[in-house]
Amino acid sequence: MLLQDTALIYGRYARQTLRSRFALLFGVLMPLLYLLFFGPLLTNLPLGGQGSSWQVLVPGLLLQLGLFGASFAGFTIIIENSQGVVERMRVTPVSRLALLLGRVLRDATLFVFQAVLLVLAALAMGLRAPLPGVLIGFAFVALLTVSLASLSYALAMKVRTPQEFGPAINATTMPMMLLSGLMLPMTLGPTWLDVLSHFTPFRYLVDAIRDAYIGSYTTAHMLYGTLVAIAFAALAVTVGTRVFRTAGA
Amino acid sequence: MPIISTAGLARTFQTKRGPVEAVRVIDLTVREGEILGFLGPNGAGKTTTLRMLTTLLAPTGGAATVAGCDLATDPAGVRRACGYVAQSGGVDPQITVREELITQGRLYRLTKAQAAERAEELARDLGLTDLLDRKAGALSGGQRRRLDIAMALTHRPKVLFLDEPTTGLDPASRADLWALIRRLRDEHGTTVFLTTHYLDEADALSDRLVIVDQGVVVAEGTPTALKLAHGGSIDASLQDTFLAITGRGPVPADAAPVAV
Repeated sequence: MLLQDTALIYGRYARQTLRSRFALLFGVLMPLLYLLFFGPLLTNLPLGGQGSSWQVLVPGLLLQLGLFGASFAGFTIIIENSQGVVERMRVTPVSRLALLLGRVLRDATLFVFQAVLLVLAALAMGLRAPLPGVLIGFAFVALLTVSLASLSYALAMKVRTPQEFGPAINATTMPMMLLSGLMLPMTLGPTWLDVLSHFTPFRYLVDAIRDAYIGSYTTAHMLYGTLVAIAFAALAVTVGTRVFRTAGA
Repeated sequence: MPIISTAGLARTFQTKRGPVEAVRVIDLTVREGEILGFLGPNGAGKTTTLRMLTTLLAPTGGAATVAGCDLATDPAGVRRACGYVAQSGGVDPQITVREELITQGRLYRLTKAQAAERAEELARDLGLTDLLDRKAGALSGGQRRRLDIAMALTHRPKVLFLDEPTTGLDPASRADLWALIRRLRDEHGTTVFLTTHYLDEADALSDRLVIVDQGVVVAEGTPTALKLAHGGSIDASLQDTFLAITGRGPVPADAAPVAV
């Protein structure tokens, strides 16, 4: 039942995404601009660690794509709430968990697709990384978008208006991006900043993907990154499910 | 046995400014095959009651059964038995009528083939056949309402809840919808529970009226009985009766203003 319902909801929203070619590509624009106009600044800088500057930057941009994209996923549910679509579905016997999972999996598909585009562009710019590492990077993007989209939908079910939702998301994503060292490795900074960044889940993810991109798959970074990504996803989906079960109540 | 019965149904919302009792005590029964008009001023708790009876909102007090299923212990049973059309409807304007109808069928666990067939059948029944491939956003108000109702009828529910179904419709579309509601009851024995602000509509459609005010049932009976009891005679308008019951008039005809 759950699988069938999830597939149904996934299909509905995947078709919705496919109808809007613009939305399909727009999300990749910002990281792409970073790649084009920020990436070349790094090529000759000493960033510490192994590999080229692209192997440091691209993992960060992948997470940035997920962070800024998936965090705003909830906007669609605010629109659907005002159209009455959410309640219309909630009076049917459909699984409440499927209403969340179908949407979240659509988002994961969309952002992995955009991540692929981004990596292709990066290859053209000069990125060289082992294929397994690149695939591991996509898996992290998928897990991160599942987590962030779940939380975003949960928040959107609670706040109900775009006027509250937009600023709340902005106020969270901006410091998260700065603190997690997505653009430049935090190890370059003072100790306090490096320590502070370990309080965001993204720090562990970006360290893990950077290791994957230089072909180091059995490091402590990889272990912590994987654990944090899975724990974050489990927590976010639990919160999301709870809100979807009791929404309106 | 009544198809809907509630006992002390209540809902209090916790807000920053303290608790708001949207619904205090709703006791009512609805017989199978009845068209019940659920009336009350704005903010009386009509929509909140409807949302509780359709499992969208958990009551904070009291109990209810719908089609033999207990609201608290068997919400899935309630969902199978009832259809609900919210004030705002509930279709995505970007999606075609056919896709919405088929998805709705699938949400009610029909197979793909069954859902496609049911969509055609509903479209035939509700005069939407020529509109199947149009986007929901391109429909007129009346067509849109028929689509909303078609969606709610997908699983042939025993009870249909309609929240202000004719608000914003032109007179012809309203007449159309009244005929549809009567037909549903006459042909399928569907129980219809509807809220409205149009008292002519309540008068023309309902077998019985339940009037709520400030979250409490303040009167109930056939339109005629209510007119007699509260409006003074069976010739009283339902408008005057309604105002008499909810305590906002009517003003006696000879009352002169105290000051001009």
